[in-house]
Amino acid sequence: MRQDIPGTTIFDAEQAQKGFALNRMCFSFNSAENRAAFLKDEDAYCRKFGLNDEQRAVVKSRNVLKMIEAGGNVYYLAKLAGIFGLNVQDIGAQQTGMSVEAFKAKLQSAGA
Amino acid sequence: MTMAKIIGGVATTHVPAIGKAIADGKENDPYWQPFFKGFDYVHDWLARTKPDVAVIFYNDHGLNFFLDKLPTFAVGAADEYRSEDEGWGIPVSRAAAGDPALSWHLINALVADEFDVTMCQNMLIDHAVTIPMALMWPTAAAAKASPAKPWPVKIVPVEINTVQHPLPSLKRCLKLGRSIGRAIDCYPQNLRVVVVATGGLSHQLDGARAGFINKEFDALCLDKIVAEPEALARYSIHDWVKESGSQGVEFLNWMAMRGALTGRVSELARNYHIPISNTAAATVVYDNQTDEARKAA
Repeated sequence: MRQDIPGTTIFDAEQAQKGFALNRMCFSFNSAENRAAFLKDEDAYCRKFGLNDEQRAVVKSRNVLKMIEAGGNVYYLAKLAGIFGLNVQDIGAQQTGMSVEAFKAKLQSAGA
Repeated sequence: MTMAKIIGGVATTHVPAIGKAIADGKENDPYWQPFFKGFDYVHDWLARTKPDVAVIFYNDHGLNFFLDKLPTFAVGAADEYRSEDEGWGIPVSRAAAGDPALSWHLINALVADEFDVTMCQNMLIDHAVTIPMALMWPTAAAAKASPAKPWPVKIVPVEINTVQHPLPSLKRCLKLGRSIGRAIDCYPQNLRVVVVATGGLSHQLDGARAGFINKEFDALCLDKIVAEPEALARYSIHDWVKESGSQGVEFLNWMAMRGALTGRVSELARNYHIPISNTAAATVVYDNQTDEARKAA
């Protein structure tokens, strides 16, 4: 798949293979018990799901752009963000380097 | 013999934040009101047309399906569809009754028509099914503790992959919908069927382009889908992502819904509002005028 759309990573075969362990861990966060286990011992939880050093580091960094680079897909990453009470507007702001208020204003202006 | 009848189509955005707004009773807040008011017409139309079954085209977001085994097209064939925690603290919806006989009729017809779908006798439905249902039938959604007041429809969920590329093309989804529409038209049961599409319109959650919305392109989609869906079917997925955003590809569900409207289609209502969360929100109702209905009129 061509990756030539600015600011956009298409979740293709390469991304899906690279991010499988990271996404599988995030998929597990549908369960409240698993979310609690992650919060209790993040490193052990990441190891249990076979995350490599890079993936463990990006999870620790809480940096969504880096998680995408490591193969994360936003449908699953949103479940990780949810653990920290962050919604898609919060992560949108983080990825675009804006404040949440500025990001919301940008969305509003798209309707003008 | 009386055959099933496709009475029309409803399509709506399915953003999870809508579920939270409903739970918090914020329907009339200034932020939410422009979106929720679009459902006044939908409620009137449903009260008048009284569908028995909803065939719902949607995309799972990692509740029922994961990347280990990911179907391109999956059709539910369960007696009942439950929802579960998706991880963000939105209340879990009540379950919905299925119509397995109709599900298997559609599956048989689809495979005969060379759509080799995944068949699911056990399938969790996520917010992409439950939020549109709560928007369409809010009284039943609110009465979730009351088994005596169930959803007024049974459902057949049809799930389309919008997460793992390669995705099916817009053209393929239009054809999938047409195949389902033909199958419903020859189902020998006296059933009134509404076809529902969820998701869209333009939005992007991920990457440095997060927050991307394309009002002009959305207007084109809403105009063309009624009478010229083939014009939209010509877009590649790559170009759709470019014009509509990474998650704008949820329009695949809309294409399938449009395909299932086999009669003469007209737009009865349209509501478009920017933004709901990160998304350009749209709600539409389409009439599906069949030959028999025209003759009767």
